[in-house]
Amino acid sequence: MMHFLLLFSRQGKLRLQKWFLPLPERERKKIVKDMTTMVLSRKPRTCNFLHWKDLKIVYKRYASLYFCCALENQDNELLALEILHRYVELLDKYFGNVCELDIIFNFEKAYFILDEFLMGGEIQETSKQSIAKSVEASDMLQETMEEYMSKPAF
Amino acid sequence: MSDVVEKTLTALPGLFDSQTGAAKITNRLRQLVKSITELTSKHEEENLIKQELCAMKEQVSSPNTSMKQMREIMVRAMYCEMLGYDASFTYIHAIKLAQQGGVLEKRVGYLAVSLFLNEGHELLLLLVNTVLKDLQSTNLIEACMALTVVAQVFPKDMIPAVLPLVEDKLSHPKEIIRRKAVLALYKFYLIAPNQVQHIHGKFRKALSDRDPGVMASSLHIYLQLIRESPDSYKDLTGSFVTILKQVLGGKLPVDFNYHSVPAPWLQIQLLRILSLLGKEDQSTSELMYEVLDESLRRAEMNHNITYAILYECVKAVYTIHPKVELLEKAARCIGNFVLSPKINLKYLGLKALTYVVQHDAKLALQHQMTIIECLDHSDFTIKRETLELLFRITNAQNVTVIVEKMLDFLRGCNDEHTIIHLVGKVSELAEKFAPDNSWFIQTMNCVFSIGGDLLQQDVPNNFLRLLAEGSESKEEDDQLRLYAVESYLTVLKGHTSHLPQCFLQVMSWVLGEYAHLQGSVDRREVIRLLTQLLDQRSVSSETRVWILSALTKIPEGQTDLILDLAERLASSQDTVLRQQAQELQHLSQDSQLHEWVLPRGAPWDAIEVDSSLSFLDGFVSEALAAGAAPYKPPHQRQEELCEDRALNLEPYSFSLPVSLSSCSITDRQSPTLLSVSSGLSGNSTELSQKAGSSTLILEGVKRVWGKDGYLPQKEATAPLVDEPSAAVQPPVQQEAAERTEPRPELSTRNQDKQQLASSLFVGLGVGSSVSLLGKSEAPPPRFRKKPRPHESSSSSGTSEKSSDSSCRSSHNTTDSFLYGSFLEEEPATSKSAFDHTPKSTTANGLSQNKDTKEDKHTNTSQIFGGDMVIVRPSTIQDKHPPSESSDLTALLPADLKDLPHSDVISLTSDPSLSLSSCRLFRDEALLLLIFISNCTETVIKDIAVQLTCEELKTASLRGNIVDCLEARSTSVCHYALLMDDPHTNVSFTGTVSYQTQPGHTNTLPFSGTLSTADFIRPLVLTTEEYGKLWLSLSHDVKQNLKLLTDAGDPLRTTLNALKDALQLHVVDIIGSEGIVACRLLSSAPCLLHCRVSGAALVMWLRSPHPALPDCILYHCQRALAHR
Repeated sequence: MMHFLLLFSRQGKLRLQKWFLPLPERERKKIVKDMTTMVLSRKPRTCNFLHWKDLKIVYKRYASLYFCCALENQDNELLALEILHRYVELLDKYFGNVCELDIIFNFEKAYFILDEFLMGGEIQETSKQSIAKSVEASDMLQETMEEYMSKPAF
Repeated sequence: MSDVVEKTLTALPGLFDSQTGAAKITNRLRQLVKSITELTSKHEEENLIKQELCAMKEQVSSPNTSMKQMREIMVRAMYCEMLGYDASFTYIHAIKLAQQGGVLEKRVGYLAVSLFLNEGHELLLLLVNTVLKDLQSTNLIEACMALTVVAQVFPKDMIPAVLPLVEDKLSHPKEIIRRKAVLALYKFYLIAPNQVQHIHGKFRKALSDRDPGVMASSLHIYLQLIRESPDSYKDLTGSFVTILKQVLGGKLPVDFNYHSVPAPWLQIQLLRILSLLGKEDQSTSELMYEVLDESLRRAEMNHNITYAILYECVKAVYTIHPKVELLEKAARCIGNFVLSPKINLKYLGLKALTYVVQHDAKLALQHQMTIIECLDHSDFTIKRETLELLFRITNAQNVTVIVEKMLDFLRGCNDEHTIIHLVGKVSELAEKFAPDNSWFIQTMNCVFSIGGDLLQQDVPNNFLRLLAEGSESKEEDDQLRLYAVESYLTVLKGHTSHLPQCFLQVMSWVLGEYAHLQGSVDRREVIRLLTQLLDQRSVSSETRVWILSALTKIPEGQTDLILDLAERLASSQDTVLRQQAQELQHLSQDSQLHEWVLPRGAPWDAIEVDSSLSFLDGFVSEALAAGAAPYKPPHQRQEELCEDRALNLEPYSFSLPVSLSSCSITDRQSPTLLSVSSGLSGNSTELSQKAGSSTLILEGVKRVWGKDGYLPQKEATAPLVDEPSAAVQPPVQQEAAERTEPRPELSTRNQDKQQLASSLFVGLGVGSSVSLLGKSEAPPPRFRKKPRPHESSSSSGTSEKSSDSSCRSSHNTTDSFLYGSFLEEEPATSKSAFDHTPKSTTANGLSQNKDTKEDKHTNTSQIFGGDMVIVRPSTIQDKHPPSESSDLTALLPADLKDLPHSDVISLTSDPSLSLSSCRLFRDEALLLLIFISNCTETVIKDIAVQLTCEELKTASLRGNIVDCLEARSTSVCHYALLMDDPHTNVSFTGTVSYQTQPGHTNTLPFSGTLSTADFIRPLVLTTEEYGKLWLSLSHDVKQNLKLLTDAGDPLRTTLNALKDALQLHVVDIIGSEGIVACRLLSSAPCLLHCRVSGAALVMWLRSPHPALPDCILYHCQRALAHR
């Protein structure tokens, strides 16, 4: 089971955080700090895995953004890399050629996509099509609601 | 901010224009982000955010803010929180937004809630109604959002509120809802497994759902369930195999493919489940051989995801009951990983190797060159994983090389967790395979100086115990000790300021204990070196105490130096040091006393520590007889003091520091102030306390490492694996030569590697490989710990010595009857009890002599069948000669017959009446039954029983007034006793008044003692609940207890002994740790965490009640001492 998922920039700025286990605020901040320093200090051509306390950290860099998640001991690191990759694919499909700025300015969308993809730290839906469909369904509703609301009331 | 972002920011306008609705809402956010990126310093950012938050605060509290604006504010608040600023004023508005907004506001509201509010946040309660409403909504999106938020933030105590609705969703027509519901239930199962127990049947329905997505989600639950009890799900093996076959056959919709691999996540989940089911079960394993084979065969595409599947496949093949062909194929697969140029695959290959060498150590041989390359890899993670692998293949022949590699790595490592982890392994290997004394001591020196004060306290403790207890041969032991002394003297002569405290402590203990073995070195030199340490500022006061106690042991004739030192320290600020200095002074002046207190060279086992202080029992009972008040622990006195104050309506909370209570126990263990074995017995309690606090991992952590290395999970594999590979494998050197053949241009570098290879993998060849597989040929560990005979003999030894006093005092806890004689003479309570005697006059003065010849007792026991099982015999009362009234148990009322109860014991008697009592253990109270038997041939009238006990709440249930008791008959009087505050022992007193002739009232006083043990009830909970509860409890006490070593599994035996004596509930036993729970009647719980540390049981107790751990610990000690 995944414990948390963090997205941060090359400068160590947090872009997205998802915690699948309850942790006090202080602990979260410490973890974010630890993760950014650990991952950012990794040299090139090293593997994408790290040990941290009793968890395994799997990270991958996509352009200027690092995707980083923590796994339990029995979890499969390669599979986690593919989870990160699928998430990137989903973001890409939604935003169309996604870049860091898309995530900065529409981070709530990134969260909505994540909520359709993972739930309780486990994979919920692996199909790109289905996730896109359900995110779009909510968005569509959003659009129509907005149109409806903006109509003058008589 | 970086150039990259700035560059992109210039292109922003165009970017935003292309976006539609989303951009509109995040207008303000965009401004915020943009202005933040333009700032140059952290300080400016802080100011800006502060302004922003102020503006937001104003906005949210304004009544004119629309829901739409609120949604926009919420997004900004989330952004601020992500940057690390506090926006807690918006939390309540997030809930409001989720509650009142339209669907799109709701979505943001729920997202904000799940980001802001942790499980356990009080505001979450306000969310329950909203979630309930949305769960019932016909709008699909609302229901989805509600399920998502439920799975994300709902804490344990809020689950019951939504559980029925989530459960209903399992049969929702839409598969997305069903899938989310299954995952929400999975989350509930993780948090509170008991609450979803009743819906296990519905999980099966989800498993056979027509939508593969729902089925896949249910596998998460099944993996968890099967991990906990694989036996209950064996019947599903066939279904899982079929599902996997279908997946492999591409029967699932294309939607499930990932890079044209069919449903990899589903495959991996199934492989994990199958490996759990097939573990140590041949018939189940046979069902899955075919599909595993197919899985291995199909995963051939060169993509990460296929490797992920292969890895799981290999693990499964090596976990289930072995099949030769499959093992061969899996071993070949590992080759693909290890030899891959991709570093991630190499890493996974090492992991797979680490896993499989436990079953077949020779597999490492095939890849020795790769392993050596990885050992020098620049990547820290790879190196560490390689060392992990080497650790598994260590044997007596390659231990020096491997340990050296590990120490090299440690010297360059600065990650705390890695150091602790690896240093523990090094010391384990050193202890197990040390080739000689000097190597062992040198390696341990490295361990101590590298590990330093991060080290788990077990490591120095084990090391010292090993030195102290020694092996079979005294000569060898002394050589080892001598070597240690010499080596430490050298270390101390060098620079000492950088040495970790724990190393200094070890050194001073060893020097104190064994410096006398070294004849050539001047005593004064040793004393000088040690006193030098005392002068250093970097030496902690704890270490000073160790040094001083070492100095106490050394002197003999060096009085002048010692007196000097003692005088200097006598004015120290530290009271403990001052006391030690005093002791030092006195002991050095009185050599006879010194010899007596610290006997030189006494065999370790001969030192007896009477932890129950039984030699004082005679003194205590005399004092009690002389009217002294019974001993009360300090915190109890404190509480009573509080109660005594006139105006204090609420008792103050327990004001003594908790450490004091544990101190008192430490004292209890070492009887004299100058603890005989001050090095180990005195300090080790303290030390292991520290160790425990830093090492304890309670929640569901599986212990994989035992005392003797890896706990073999599957021994059955070994023989089968052996055959094929033994046939294939040539001996080491030959193998090494073969590998070098294809490379004729052998550089010197390669030669080095070859050399390293032969030293690393020596002993893994055919001849000695057997030893790795845990066979009988394994060389015996060099330092085999001696069984500690004194553990078992000490109790008998002390009891012989103080034969009658201890025998007498041993009863003073649970059993009152020896003291009963003291108390009987006290008429104090009889007066007051008299007032309560009913004044009903008896008209009938005649003695109605019924004189039925038949024995009532035997009669009644026949009626009740006399087959009562005494569930809880008290060990102490068993020693009593069976009282004549033991068959009174048969008189227990029918409704109480099934309760566990004690023996019937006689309380007191006079010519006309005899009283006995029996304790019945009800969950919420202790029932005390008093049997009043008429011993005469006449009727006794107006019997009234009066029972008092200051410490307990007593309530008479029935039968305390009996108008007339027939000759030779018995009546039963019931009392319910409640203990609110624990006391180790409580005594009750009472009187029975009765009339044999009218107008002539006799009184018969009685008394008895009850122990806390009578009020302890098992507390049944799961390991998870235990872990949660443990963290929430404040008062803790820690103590080392004796371990019952006479049986195969000491921990289990000891825990069972405690369980029998005290009605504890053993929650779980994980490796060398056991967790136990109980409660005081139905109130305060007490959690016990037991860990085997050498020959002692380190017990750590926690409870919300300050006094309860003390009491329970006391009874545990007694229970073990009396075994």
